[in-house]
Amino acid sequence: VSTQSTWGFQESKDMMKVFQLSTRITRFTLLARVFSAGPPPLKMDFSEKVNTKEVTLKNPDKLKKMNICQAVNNAMDIALATIPKSYVFGEDVKFGGVFRCTVGLNEKYGTDRVFNTPLSEQGILGFSVGLAAAGCTPICEIQFGDYIFPAFDQFHNEVAKYRYRSAGLYNVGGITCRCSYGAVGHGGHYHSQAPEAHFMHTAGLTVVIPRSPIQAKGLLLGSIRSPDPIIFFEPKILYRMAEDMVPEEDYTLPIGKAEVLQEGKDITMIGYGASIRQLMMASKMAEEKGIKCEIIDLRTIIPYDIETIEKSVKKTGRLLITHEGPVTSGAGAEIAAKIQERCFLSLKAPIARVCGFDTPFPFVYEPFYLPNRFKIFESTLKLMEFQLKQYISIQSVSYTHLTLPTKAQVQISVVAVSLKKKPT
Amino acid sequence: LKQVVAKHAVRSLSSITVPLPDISVYRFEKNLFPQKAETNREEMLKYFKAMTFQRRIEIACDEIYKMKQARGFCHLMDGQEAVAVGIEAGITLQDYIITAYRCHGFMLGRGGTPEKILGEMMGKLNGVSKGKGGSMHMTSQKNRFFGGNGIVGAQIPIGTGLAYGIKYEEKKEVCVTLYGDGAANQGQLFEAANMAMLWKLPVIYVCENNGFAMGTSVARASANTNLYARLDLIPGARINGQHIYAVREAIKFAKEWCLSGKGPVCLELLTYRYHGHSMSDSGLTYRTREDIQKVRKERDPIMTVSYTHLTLPTKAQVQISVVAEPLKKK
Repeated sequence: VSTQSTWGFQESKDMMKVFQLSTRITRFTLLARVFSAGPPPLKMDFSEKVNTKEVTLKNPDKLKKMNICQAVNNAMDIALATIPKSYVFGEDVKFGGVFRCTVGLNEKYGTDRVFNTPLSEQGILGFSVGLAAAGCTPICEIQFGDYIFPAFDQFHNEVAKYRYRSAGLYNVGGITCRCSYGAVGHGGHYHSQAPEAHFMHTAGLTVVIPRSPIQAKGLLLGSIRSPDPIIFFEPKILYRMAEDMVPEEDYTLPIGKAEVLQEGKDITMIGYGASIRQLMMASKMAEEKGIKCEIIDLRTIIPYDIETIEKSVKKTGRLLITHEGPVTSGAGAEIAAKIQERCFLSLKAPIARVCGFDTPFPFVYEPFYLPNRFKIFESTLKLMEFQLKQYISIQSVSYTHLTLPTKAQVQISVVAVSLKKKPT
Repeated sequence: LKQVVAKHAVRSLSSITVPLPDISVYRFEKNLFPQKAETNREEMLKYFKAMTFQRRIEIACDEIYKMKQARGFCHLMDGQEAVAVGIEAGITLQDYIITAYRCHGFMLGRGGTPEKILGEMMGKLNGVSKGKGGSMHMTSQKNRFFGGNGIVGAQIPIGTGLAYGIKYEEKKEVCVTLYGDGAANQGQLFEAANMAMLWKLPVIYVCENNGFAMGTSVARASANTNLYARLDLIPGARINGQHIYAVREAIKFAKEWCLSGKGPVCLELLTYRYHGHSMSDSGLTYRTREDIQKVRKERDPIMTVSYTHLTLPTKAQVQISVVAEPLKKK
């Protein structure tokens, strides 16, 4: 066994072969790239208008085309202007941020209020707890949701419990932690995670996830002004992709309320963030089959709006929940458990969860991992085709035959067996 | 006649002494560190070839990423070759290495070949981590290379744990745990360093200070920019990370120090990266092209070895350049 390194050049083949290999690969992978890049989205217009039932605008005609980056920037600009002791800080926010969400804020408000922190997530959160306990409004940024875990102790043990353990004498309601979230197409293990489920299990935290620029601006302003500490996950794939005509004025959207995007009578679909687009595309595919889907955007993941969901499920009888994070113990699991508690007899089919697999986020073949419109559509069809009647009839026969004499028992079990064997 | 003269030249150059640049020390006596390195022509050529090979592989990685053959994240370490090759030259394959995501050069020293490294970036099965890890998670089980870690600072306590395992089994090995100037502000580093000093673990903490944590310079992120002096009781030294012999001798010294039971050592290697932080960073928003060109001219690690050649007689120079040309063409 040799103990000295040979740096690869003695055992490797000619360097030229590497470049030849790469040109051969180009030809082979042209086809594979179709799959590795994912199927192209359905041509749909995802832009929205302000929901006038939720918010009344003073200048409804003063609109500006913005994507989520710009909407979030606008929201923070308004917050810094209207709340005197508010601060924006995080890694690399001073020059504008790695996603350009904090562009221009340092120039406008100064380094006292918009500043960089060193590379310490736990430090950022602990520091925010202190600021908020002193009565300020810190708007901290964690660059990627995957890096929120060093700060998890501060969230779970400090932020969530501050008000509780001091009986309301102190609180850290001023905290808003903005974080980029979710798959982006090429993120790999550490730039694509969806960690909202870890925070759902902590009583005292609120998690908000917007789906579009109008929602992002209103929900972020609502989060900053909310008396509770809020984690605001921004789907990074929609930072540039989602564009709306966003009102330039100061408006807030309610925290803790879900929004019904589309009414339907056959199936209720729940999602949030980037999954809403997949749901809308899947519902368009389902409409061709005559299935009318009701789409609900959860918006606030915890505490979630159970009344809206319950009302919808009692109307349709079928529920499908989708999210990017792994299926076990995700948001879908919690909502499914709650709904079956409350709407058991209204359900016409088991609740479907179309989510990521129970593995770390993959380095390659991301489209196979993510819940896309095809998986949602397939689940919808399965739910629509589920027949409860067969099962009920066999049950009633078996209960009756226990009281009858033997010959009748045999005859009925013969009938029951033949019913069971009947093809669907 | 030419061949006869060449043979004479080889025989006359059996041992070369390279003077080492000045260092800064913390809790060390400066005279403990070696001030010159003994080497010979073969060794010099070997390091030259290794560093040039590493440089060409990084450029190839750049190309395949731009061709979209490799996706995900790609952090290149061209400009930092002396760190990878120097550390590997000072230790054996029995020692452990664990580093952060700028790991292609270390992978090359630990059994990687260009096919395997580029294959791993492309997610192919012949890659070093069977295509599951990508550029950031290159590992080698046989050669005790623990990667390749994406989360900043996460590898430091892991390296400390590896050192505990070595000490428990009473082996004469060390664990080289590398981190960057950005990770120097992570709490994990200080927790792990405290444990290492408390239990006198055979771990060498190497801080690859390339001046910038993504786009943030060291002065803007760290209150104390003497990163070698931040681990309290752990003695440290600041070494010129672009001089391969300086790195090699420092690591050899640190290994001896650890193996004699005196506990961990912290080395700060001053180095530089020519590319940006990753492929999505141009590297020009926080520094100018002139800065990069200046480092290329004055502090390039491959040039350092070549400059040492320049003090040698002309014939050896010619022979070495004859070797370099075909490598570049490859």
